[in-house]
Amino acid sequence: MNLELPVITDVQVEVLLADLLEHYGYDFTGYSKASIKRRILRLYSLDKALSFAEFRYRINNDNFYFKRFVEQITVNVTEMFRDPVFFRTLRDVVLPKLGTYPFIRIWLAGCSTGEEAYSISIILKELNLLHKSLIYATDLNPAVLEKAASGMFAMNQMKQYSENYILSGGIEEFSGYYTANYSLAKFSDELKSKIIFSTHNLVSDHSFNEFQLILCRNVLIYFDRDLQHKVLSLFDDSLEGLGYLALGTKETIDFSPISPNYKRMPAEKIWRKVS
Amino acid sequence: MGKCDALIIGGSAGSLDVLLKVLPLLDPAISFPIVIVIHRKHGTDSLLPDLLSGRTKLIVKEVNEKEVLIPGTIYIAPSDYHTLIEQNHSFSLDYSEKVNYSRPAIDVTFQTAAEVYREKLVCLLLSGSNTDGVNGLKSVKAWGGTAVIQDPATAQVAYMPEQAAIQVKIDYTLRTENIAEFINLLS
Repeated sequence: MNLELPVITDVQVEVLLADLLEHYGYDFTGYSKASIKRRILRLYSLDKALSFAEFRYRINNDNFYFKRFVEQITVNVTEMFRDPVFFRTLRDVVLPKLGTYPFIRIWLAGCSTGEEAYSISIILKELNLLHKSLIYATDLNPAVLEKAASGMFAMNQMKQYSENYILSGGIEEFSGYYTANYSLAKFSDELKSKIIFSTHNLVSDHSFNEFQLILCRNVLIYFDRDLQHKVLSLFDDSLEGLGYLALGTKETIDFSPISPNYKRMPAEKIWRKVS
Repeated sequence: MGKCDALIIGGSAGSLDVLLKVLPLLDPAISFPIVIVIHRKHGTDSLLPDLLSGRTKLIVKEVNEKEVLIPGTIYIAPSDYHTLIEQNHSFSLDYSEKVNYSRPAIDVTFQTAAEVYREKLVCLLLSGSNTDGVNGLKSVKAWGGTAVIQDPATAQVAYMPEQAAIQVKIDYTLRTENIAEFINLLS
């Protein structure tokens, strides 16, 4: 990608974001500017757009291209058991605590292609809690949810995922959870049976249930402060008392109005709702 | 030399030694923020800021998202995220695809800073074994900023500054022992 002199100005980025909101109802105006601009430039260069006018016309008039645009400007990089220490805390502390409830409802917001949903499902199974759990895995992007629901991930990732799994405290044979099918690893249907994949847009959609655990890792970094506050209050509305909120390594609720009601667990980006 | 509003230092293999030599010699009254983007293994997070803060009177901290850049502070790009700079002089973090097999990628920080600080940006590329940072320096030049490299002859791994010298019109090429003085004079 060569971005020596950007071919799209900040004003043109604003124009595209206004188009998306007007034509498709997707609101990206609260996203961090540098990041979204970089994503747009990346796609512009990847698809060898001829001019801004042509690029804009395609987004507004070609439904297929619009889908590609949304898929490409949102970041869908994720992995299984990413940040293994975090998953170890889920396994050792958070989920056993929730295991005392008759039923466990988990919301994984911004689940992308689903790797974390399956990771949580594996831990629940090993803790013998899967049968009474339900994981709502949501994303704004239908295309990544389709991939997530397929339960198939690239085989060449499995070595890394297996290492992460072991570091996160996993003691089973990781390869027992999938069957190899050429270049793809297909995860067992049992793991999927307790995951509901569904579209949900954190920017525009409302609370849809009450949960005991909400995970939203590396999504808030793409939002400006106002939008972060709005989304955190959506989580607050969707979390039961004594429920847990888990964010990404570099994310925090510290600056948000909800923070006085939460107590952070030592060493992790996990907060417990205490009032 | 023009006024400097921000200095970004990028480096890979062999660059840590340079930083350890340069930091103790920096003027504590420096008038601009310094951002350091160096490649390192994921999971060694807090070690680098700790290591570097022992070498200077300047404040050294790891970048937090949305944090506003303040003069006289040294910011370290966190591992496994890209560090971007916004028009309002704050940081954004981004967990998108690796660039040049790297996250953080030097190119990403150089490129986003180039548009923000324009002719008041100075970017310094140190020792390293890949070409991360080279495209970033091109952007810096395109926006009127100053491109500086460690003299490949004094770099532990010459490839990165060497490639920059081949592909970009470099403003200053500095021997390792001259880097600190150069930075102090930017104030």
